[in-house]
Amino acid sequence: MYNPQLNKDGELSHLLSIEGLPQRILTQILDTAESFMEVSAREVKKVPLLRGKSVFNLFFENSTRTRTTFEIAAKRLSADVINLDINKSSTAKGETLLDTIDNLVAMHANLFVVRHASSGAPFLIAEHLQRIGRDDVHVVNAGDGRHAHPTQGLLDMYTIRHYKKDFTQLRVAIVGDILHSRVARSDIHALTTLGVPEVRAVGPETLLPKHLDKLGVHVFHDMNEGIKDCDVIIMLRLQNERMNGALLPSAGEYFRHYGLTPQKLALAKPNAIVMHPGPMNRGVEIHSAVADGSQAVILPQVTFGIAVRMAVMSIVAGN
Amino acid sequence: MNIVIENGRVIDPKHGVDRSASLYIADGKVAALGEAPAGFVAEQRIDASDCVVCPGLIDLGARLNSIEAELAAAVAGGVTSVVVPPDADPPLDEPELADRLVHRGAEIGKARVLPLGALTLGLKGERLAELAGLKKAGCVAFSQANAPVVDTEALLRAMEYAATFGFAVWLQPQDYWLSRNGIAHEGEVASRLGLAGIPVAAETIAIATIVQLVRDTGCRVHLTRLSSESGVDLVRQARNEGLPVSFDIGVHHLLLTENDIGFFNPHARFCPPLRTQKDRLALSEAAAGGLAAICSDHTPVGVDDKLLPFGEAKPGATGLEVLLPLTLKWAEAAHVPLPLALARITSAPAEVLGLESGHLAVGAVADVCVFDPCTTWQLTPEALKSRGKNSPWLGYLMAGKVKMTLVGGKVVFGG
Repeated sequence: MYNPQLNKDGELSHLLSIEGLPQRILTQILDTAESFMEVSAREVKKVPLLRGKSVFNLFFENSTRTRTTFEIAAKRLSADVINLDINKSSTAKGETLLDTIDNLVAMHANLFVVRHASSGAPFLIAEHLQRIGRDDVHVVNAGDGRHAHPTQGLLDMYTIRHYKKDFTQLRVAIVGDILHSRVARSDIHALTTLGVPEVRAVGPETLLPKHLDKLGVHVFHDMNEGIKDCDVIIMLRLQNERMNGALLPSAGEYFRHYGLTPQKLALAKPNAIVMHPGPMNRGVEIHSAVADGSQAVILPQVTFGIAVRMAVMSIVAGN
Repeated sequence: MNIVIENGRVIDPKHGVDRSASLYIADGKVAALGEAPAGFVAEQRIDASDCVVCPGLIDLGARLNSIEAELAAAVAGGVTSVVVPPDADPPLDEPELADRLVHRGAEIGKARVLPLGALTLGLKGERLAELAGLKKAGCVAFSQANAPVVDTEALLRAMEYAATFGFAVWLQPQDYWLSRNGIAHEGEVASRLGLAGIPVAAETIAIATIVQLVRDTGCRVHLTRLSSESGVDLVRQARNEGLPVSFDIGVHHLLLTENDIGFFNPHARFCPPLRTQKDRLALSEAAAGGLAAICSDHTPVGVDDKLLPFGEAKPGATGLEVLLPLTLKWAEAAHVPLPLALARITSAPAEVLGLESGHLAVGAVADVCVFDPCTTWQLTPEALKSRGKNSPWLGYLMAGKVKMTLVGGKVVFGG
């Protein structure tokens, strides 16, 4: 199948989605990230892999954490980083997304890190770059609508590999608002591609997309059953606005059924790890005792995120 | 002017005609088929060798954003009558606007323009438009286009009022609440791509409501652009019950499914959305079985309106110039004989409209399409007369080329 992320030699040219990427590329990214881990421990935290290149952070949607980690990662690769606060610039004046891209390409951008509220926006940019013959300009998706957040998916895989070593013996549960979650979709594709035999989705029917089974996922509505004997539990953020419609009655009721408490965690394997893409809502999807407990690996995820983003950027835009 | 179209394969689906014959046209009407009428002297002879000669196509849904270009596109596609939905800017909710549109169409003198009047003022679904006045100005029926009537009482009253005068109401069956946030069929593809879904229930709930109101009011209703198997089943039941309900299918829905969205292809965004293969097959079966008419749902949009992320791109595709080739493509794939396929875009829509046209019997208006079913052409922006260059088929080869189109016995395209 045609995959707009790969160039004609089958190498990664853009990172738009985990879906459709072969296992060898996911492994290549994780291995490269591992080699960058020691860079962050150095006195001088820099490698010259993207020296002279310009990385544009194009955040059409607000984000602090993701944008910051991309910025740190790009700087550690010696790139020039330009942060564009799109809400206050051209698009607010009516410029189209692709006009913005054309202008930045004219400023010799080498890599776009894009976050956008519409699913598929980074694909549109990548296809446009191909159309105008700029295969030297690359796109990394930093989250598009509900669709994908591939670097988060990869850092989650890095975290799992770091603690669990082997993907092929694991039972992984993803809990919460999967319907609106780009992280969940990227995690599901990454987990199935890397050979995890059992991926579970846990949540109420209102927060689960239809036909999840077609993605190779086992659906659970009862959290106690869903996390039983799991090796990894990935908790998702529940946004407050979900309480405004008819999806959920209240944060309290949600927490009683789907919040991760020490009692529920005890049902998972004793050495299970607890992950969360952040920012967390304590007392909504996760109990503080779990968030701060010994099984949580939420802060290491953030650290690994920098190495993973360095790996992705160096692979797509490196020489 | 006396015209004879010679050497062609004449297909008149309504009368079961399919033979090599000459078609004689005089005074804007069909004068004879086969033998020349007594004393007929042809002023123009048209050679239709290797071509099919059929009634001009009647398109049940085409938006004419720039009327001259779109009417030229219509006749280039063999379409001799176009039904225009009322969702223009401004909406067609006043007799004057309808009057102007009809006159402008006549002035241009290509395809016949059959406007649908707005059912409610501003298509807001609240207050009734002046239906009788609109009818007098030339509106053939009344519609909301894709705009909802959220208030069921308003819909009931509109149908009662229309029934009073014997007017037909055309409705797009799509429940407002279940479709307002959606951009794709609520299925596997939408789940995978993270696109907000529109469930099939959006269609079936609307149809169930409308059918019940037809039962209560006796209003004649035409449902536009069905998209689902369950929707087709509901309409079939209503028809079996003897209710005055008909429906049409946009030609793209006969050929494409949710899978054609691929990686967010904005050209695969339609209203209603493309659904599953099973739905597509049910629609195809309904068309093949003579239950539904096929239309282009011609929706020309600017290039920039498609160069956007899937959910922000405008739905719809250009249709007038591909209605015939896509219908032929569907017929071939679904093993539908050519005369039956042509019936879906000629006599079937005429029946929906209660028109006298759509056939080639002696005395019928000479709205005729002459096309070569085998000649192929590549769909490129340049190949289209329509201002709408938006199509999921850009770059594809289309089989079936219109050679000549006649409206009222006058050559308006080709020749």
